[in-house]
Amino acid sequence: MAAREEPVPVASARNMGGSRPQSREIQTSTSSSSFLPPGPNVIIRDPNHDGPAPPLNPPDRTAPSRSRSEPLAPGPPPRRGRGAGPGPEPVILDEEEELDLKYGAHHVIMLFTPVTLCMAVVVATIASVTFYREKDGVYLVYTPFHEKNDDVGSNTWEAFANAGILLGVIAVMTFVLIFAYKYKCYRLIHGWLFLSSLLLLFLFTYIYFGEVFKSYNIPFDYISLAFCLWNFGVVGMICIHWKGPLLLQQAYLVFISALMALIFIKYLPNITTWVVLGAISLWDLFAVLAPFGPLRILVETAQERNEQIFPSLIYSAGVIYTLVGAAERPAGEQDDDATRNAQDTESAPGPPRRPPRGQRTGSTPSPHDEADGFDRQWVRQNQNQSEASSQQRVIPPPRPLEMEEEEDRGIKLGLGDFIFYSILVGKASSYGDWNTTLACFVAILIGLCLTLMFLAIFRRALPALPFSIAFGLVFYFATREIIAPFADTLSSQQVFF
Amino acid sequence: MTALTFFGAALTAFGPALSLFVLTIAHDPVRIIVLILSAFFWLLSLLFSSLFWTAVYPLQHVLAFGLVFSILFQELFRFFLYLMLRKADRVMRKLTENEHTQIFSHPHILAYVVGLGFGIMSGAFSLVNVLADSVGPGTVGFQGESQNFFMISASLGLALILCHTFWGVITFVAFDDKKYHWVAAVWILHYLFSCLTLFNPSGWYVASVLPAYINLGVSGALAFSCAGGSWSRLIQCLPRPSPTPA
Repeated sequence: MAAREEPVPVASARNMGGSRPQSREIQTSTSSSSFLPPGPNVIIRDPNHDGPAPPLNPPDRTAPSRSRSEPLAPGPPPRRGRGAGPGPEPVILDEEEELDLKYGAHHVIMLFTPVTLCMAVVVATIASVTFYREKDGVYLVYTPFHEKNDDVGSNTWEAFANAGILLGVIAVMTFVLIFAYKYKCYRLIHGWLFLSSLLLLFLFTYIYFGEVFKSYNIPFDYISLAFCLWNFGVVGMICIHWKGPLLLQQAYLVFISALMALIFIKYLPNITTWVVLGAISLWDLFAVLAPFGPLRILVETAQERNEQIFPSLIYSAGVIYTLVGAAERPAGEQDDDATRNAQDTESAPGPPRRPPRGQRTGSTPSPHDEADGFDRQWVRQNQNQSEASSQQRVIPPPRPLEMEEEEDRGIKLGLGDFIFYSILVGKASSYGDWNTTLACFVAILIGLCLTLMFLAIFRRALPALPFSIAFGLVFYFATREIIAPFADTLSSQQVFF
Repeated sequence: MTALTFFGAALTAFGPALSLFVLTIAHDPVRIIVLILSAFFWLLSLLFSSLFWTAVYPLQHVLAFGLVFSILFQELFRFFLYLMLRKADRVMRKLTENEHTQIFSHPHILAYVVGLGFGIMSGAFSLVNVLADSVGPGTVGFQGESQNFFMISASLGLALILCHTFWGVITFVAFDDKKYHWVAAVWILHYLFSCLTLFNPSGWYVASVLPAYINLGVSGALAFSCAGGSWSRLIQCLPRPSPTPA
């Protein structure tokens, strides 16, 4: 159970840069291999091309196959990213640097909103449902010490022991996940994630709504509850693991993070929670940044294979559903396609996010680019033809491409980060002082801002916990011990400052 | 009754700030971030003043002492935030160059957002716990306190939030134009506002609420003139009765 909350890092800007060519490649490959339900444009296009387009169609089929066979010869392809390409790299790199700074405030807010919502759900629940606030003597298996001593010293010692055990479990689970991913046991991982979200969406949701109904004194019959729960859970499973509207998927991810956070708040002993928060942010720091950190390995492997990290582990501010679909192919085909994609993007010089048209076609001849140029030419032709044919049936291809550029640049934040932010704020609010809650909330958002700023500078996967949790912890204890007495003295006397 | 009190007081205090946020801040991500940044700076100022208050143990029960230093720290941190935003101006512009924000080309917007952030945070810290208590259980007035406790708190909170917004604008313009007497004016207004609320524990609400709103009016007028407004322009803005054909 503890493995669900691996703090998956904020995905790097490099990753985001890399995923655009990937998605384009998938789009072209769908038109050639047509295993996904292709867009209507694909179906309608093909008959149109019988006449004038035959010289264009063969390259479409050969381009992937060439790139599939070609990189076998030069051996391991160069590391994608900085300085991987030939010739006029510096120019592009500068351009890229300029461009990379350009994701920014807009994306920060796209993360602020869900984080705020998740915290709001947790805080509202803690404030109104007593079940999640009170300790009824039941704790997680991972925390064998229950802090029932009288003196602070041994309680603290027990808290550290608990946190150590919990962290050990998380570490072991993370390594199991990494090994499974490394050796492509996708079935194992998917089954694992599937089970855990099944548990969250049905069992824990059932407990949650039961407690909410109890605390608001709402009578509810089991039949309706079963009906609602079944629909809720099944839609959630479909949205998270298969496909669905992005907004719905995000809502479900936020909800299961909030549920998980509530479970932790309830079943972790008091001091242990704080120690765990501190320890987990250090673990996050190690796991993402250390050369052998498991999450770093996970992110890099995913980048090498050019895959999405599992959608049930990570919140994407924007994602393309062809990509999610790509993770669900039969294993052989998927590997084939994944390696093809990886090699294709790796042979491209760096992942320029939105390179100026002229420069790209002028200075960087590469297989990928040829395919790209060809694509545009093909698109233009197709448009010309579609003007002749019925206009409303044919969706012009440039539009989806634009949407990809817009959507694909979303930042990703691990669900673990959501969970631990919410634990901090929820725990702070469980003592009943709203000033503390507010201070922790602002501190966490500022920490997240800072992390995202560093993300813009370093452009690699960064741990999202350390800054936020450090700020949050500092402001929690500062507010509780120092600010709250002062502010309460003043505000209870109606003195405004 | 408790729920009514809660919503009444909460909306009185935070309604205008909420509408300002929705209408002027929410559509621009950079403004939201700057708002949170300024809220964080206010929090830092409160942290320092509380530290000071805790450190000077013998004077802890003297409200005025803590108040004076709290205001001092708030205004200092407003200045620090100004310094930081000006020093980081180039970086901020670069970071936000493809956002559709006007915040860095129009210094008044920046000042306004910073002021509102200070105001919201300050109002929230003064009121949140009071409002949470207003939901009950329990009611106010059993020991001779005023029945209007929550409404007085809420209206003072409202005045404070708006005043902070105005003071933010005035301070930024004053530092930009090196007109330090306006900074002094802000300090004086802030001290006046807060020190007059010291009458509240004795129940002399007229002595605190009325000056607070006068203070608000003065601050607003000052901020208006700082931001480049003038009486004649204000008149020009007003819809003029169209000359009726005589």
